Amino acid sequence: MAASATSAVRAAPTISRRTLVTLLCLSVVVLFVVFRGQGTLPRDEGAASFQFFNGVRDWVSDNRLTNPFLVVFAGATRAIIAALVDTSIVIAHGIGWPGAVLLAGAAGLAAGGRRLALLGVTGFLSLGVLGLWSESMDTIGLTFAAVVSSLLIGVPLGIAAGRSDRVRQVISPVLDLMQIMPSFAYLAPMTLLFLIGAPSATIATLIYAMPAAIRITALGIRGVSATTVEAAVSLGSTSRQTLFKVQLPLARKMLALAVNQTIMLALGMAVVTALIDGPGLGKTIIKALTHNDVGSAVDAGLAIVIIAIVLDRLTEHAANRVDARPNASDSARAVNRRVARVLLVAGLAASLVSLFVVALTEFPTEIGFSFAGPVNEIVGWVRINLYFLTNPVKDAFSYGVINPLEAILTSAPWLLIVGTFAGLGVLVGGWRTGAIVSVCLVGIAGLGLWEDGMVTLTASLVGVALTLLIGVLIGIAAARSERTSAILRPLLDTAQTMPSFVYLIPALALFSPTRFTAILAAVIYAVPPVIRLVEAGIRSVPLAAIEAGVSSGASPRQLLWKVQLPMARRSLLLAANQGIVMVLAMVVVGGLVGAGALGYDVVAGFSQYEDFGKGLSAGIAIVLLGVMLDRITQGAGERSSAGSARAG
Amino acid sequence: MALPEVERVQTAQADRATGVEPTIAVRGLWKIFGPAEAKIAGSPLLELSNAEFRLQTGSTIAVRDVSFDVRPGEVFVVMGLSGSGKSTLVRCLTRLIEPSLGQVLLDGEDIRAADAERLRELRRRRFSMVFQNFGLLPHRRVIDNVAFGLEIRGDAREPRLARAREMCELVGLAAFMDSYPDQLSGGQQQRVGLARALAGDPEVMFFDEPFSALDPLIRRDMQNEVIRLHHEVGKTMVFITHDLAEALKLGDHIVIMRDGRIVQAGSPEEVVGAPADDYVADFVQDVAKANILTLRWIMRPARPDDALDGPEFPPTTIIRDAVHVAAQTEKPIRVVDGGATLGLVDRRQILGSIAERGARG
Repeated sequence: MAASATSAVRAAPTISRRTLVTLLCLSVVVLFVVFRGQGTLPRDEGAASFQFFNGVRDWVSDNRLTNPFLVVFAGATRAIIAALVDTSIVIAHGIGWPGAVLLAGAAGLAAGGRRLALLGVTGFLSLGVLGLWSESMDTIGLTFAAVVSSLLIGVPLGIAAGRSDRVRQVISPVLDLMQIMPSFAYLAPMTLLFLIGAPSATIATLIYAMPAAIRITALGIRGVSATTVEAAVSLGSTSRQTLFKVQLPLARKMLALAVNQTIMLALGMAVVTALIDGPGLGKTIIKALTHNDVGSAVDAGLAIVIIAIVLDRLTEHAANRVDARPNASDSARAVNRRVARVLLVAGLAASLVSLFVVALTEFPTEIGFSFAGPVNEIVGWVRINLYFLTNPVKDAFSYGVINPLEAILTSAPWLLIVGTFAGLGVLVGGWRTGAIVSVCLVGIAGLGLWEDGMVTLTASLVGVALTLLIGVLIGIAAARSERTSAILRPLLDTAQTMPSFVYLIPALALFSPTRFTAILAAVIYAVPPVIRLVEAGIRSVPLAAIEAGVSSGASPRQLLWKVQLPMARRSLLLAANQGIVMVLAMVVVGGLVGAGALGYDVVAGFSQYEDFGKGLSAGIAIVLLGVMLDRITQGAGERSSAGSARAG
Repeated sequence: MALPEVERVQTAQADRATGVEPTIAVRGLWKIFGPAEAKIAGSPLLELSNAEFRLQTGSTIAVRDVSFDVRPGEVFVVMGLSGSGKSTLVRCLTRLIEPSLGQVLLDGEDIRAADAERLRELRRRRFSMVFQNFGLLPHRRVIDNVAFGLEIRGDAREPRLARAREMCELVGLAAFMDSYPDQLSGGQQQRVGLARALAGDPEVMFFDEPFSALDPLIRRDMQNEVIRLHHEVGKTMVFITHDLAEALKLGDHIVIMRDGRIVQAGSPEEVVGAPADDYVADFVQDVAKANILTLRWIMRPARPDDALDGPEFPPTTIIRDAVHVAAQTEKPIRVVDGGATLGLVDRRQILGSIAERGARG
């Protein structure tokens, strides 16, 4: 009796909550049916915000040389970064291809051994063979300049955030916002302040990559055992001694990881900055994409992937070497070190020679291979002969899923949409989340981009649904089978080192430019981390819980549904959050291959003088969408963790 | 508030041999975690119970009006369960945690008044600490870990390595000087911690549950090691533990903490023989009393019919040491101090003291 009474008491709020949700859903549907087509916000080419930002742009260009802020801040920053990136690119070219290949080999030997050296040498050689040596050196030079400045600012900030709670509290929300901002959103403000070209491309890249440098450094500092720090303090070490003798040495693995992640993010962004006239492989890709020339895009995409993999493996191995014991040396390693030294000297000598022999800075055109021709033939063949397969898929998806959802979101009264999403926000995350969500949506309406915003939201929602479906299924499979996991691991590793742009290419190869293409690219881009998080979440369920389940006679299916998935809930929600942020970023990039809407508005803003204001507004609208989607999923995560804390 | 505090301090001192200047004197020490800490001095809120205080201020009292003296060369044990405030207390003594109120005097110098520079100097030369989780630097060899404190206080390389080598030998790590901490067992790692704490030749060593993370057998070894080192180097030691057996084994003087305050202070014998309250009594009920208590605790007055020619023992004899003799005679043992017979002990008392272990449990 007593037990049933308590359970009734406990069930009461759940029931009322459920009826509440049902009632709300019903009223949304009724309101939609009644007011459909009314109170919408159709496209408005002359929205106040566009004109405002155009005005700002005009003011900036009129006062660039007279306004003290613009001269000192924008001008000086641009000049410093310009000097850095120009030097960096000149050096990258000046080393010459024989020098670069030798140095890559030396770095590979020193960091990892023969296999890594081979990877470095063949990787750099193939950049030349693809006929993209010069473009590759531009990209590497730009990335290097951005990484150096990103680390110069990010690591000290990370150390400060790692050592002081107050600094962390100030920095954290800024980093949160920066990390959900899609790469595209950084571009427009850069052109406003720093014009287009290599310097503003570098600034955009360094800003994009910096949050990771700060976060991981702070995490590393915080990860140092509190007792060890306390022991040092109790022995009378000064704050500086604690930092340099305890915290930094113990965090060096994380510092190396920070370098690695900063490089990878910077490389991805460096490619995107081609849109604001950043030099390098990105330009080749964008030119190819806009001409629907998949073959050339594949060449350039391959070059980017090669650079990404070589840099990733080099820094990753260097990071692992960091913890190797100085006295643990075997003869093979000693030989490697000697060979590495020889290669280093040879590489430096070759670079020196190429200072005088300009021919060495250009890769010989006689050796060359391009995938462009064959790939374009294959793509042509696929588009003609697999049309019967790809077209129905595309049409089914477009007419069956994308169009209906888009029609609902664009034809419903905008206030109804705001109310619905705000309600969702309140339900999953509380009043604060609801308020943030409504502010974001009202902001998009206020920017005059409601319809484009809804189209982009549609693509994001569809992409997220697909991503989660695929990611969770594969993640579960990987968590339950060692073999699946082993097969997936290298694929995921590679996938996660590839910059976002590259993912557009295969999608475009199969389905010419459409919204579906962009969504597909987004799904391919976002699935790997979702798989990772789901698998890690399920695998990290404590063995004791599994054993308890098995010993009470749970079948594998019951174990999955009743033990593993509920206990992995936080990872699943984190996966959803990551998936959403990544899909949104990619859907926006997909504006280049037919997704239109906000992404296209941003790109158009760079090329059309009169569209600048719209492009900048679209950039802001993208950020607002990102914040909204992030808050909704994060709210769910926080609620679940609060629930588990109460239960515990 | 001031008056009773002084009184209690005086009684505490009167209990123990007077005339010796304490190495560490703690007076009215409080530690409060939370927003209330800044404005609490002299506030009537301090009279509240811990739960009430937390309810009204949202802050937690971790150490509550604690006073004691640590005499030179003794092993002073602070014992309590987790959450009793003992780890906070020991950190307040070296200001790894800043105390909220009260005084900590090291040879008469108020540690709370020290500026950052002076505090570092004290930490570098006057006291050192051994931690439960060792706190070693994994990227340094054992010898460099031991020399760490000497390095940061600026000692030259050669002498500090010589000193570190000496310390490694002292704690039995001569063979492991070039190893890295993760190549050692837990007990060995804590020996590194011990050597590091000894290296600076401090006056006082603080131990924060140093052996709690070790296996029972290793723990016993390490306790013996501390006893040995205490005999050899004669440092004043403040030892924090939650293990009563450890406290009784090592301590010259024990204080028992509960909810941030001291509930009893005394020698091991006093704690076991005369628990101050039910809490302490509960703690000591499983202790083998015959191993701790002396004859003084169980003797009875002589009755007219007693035979007064039995064996003699001084009152400071541990009960267990008298068992053998008592077993061989029918006559009661006489407890004699300076020629005067203080009382008698016969088998009934001895057996009773042995049987008392666990009797109430």
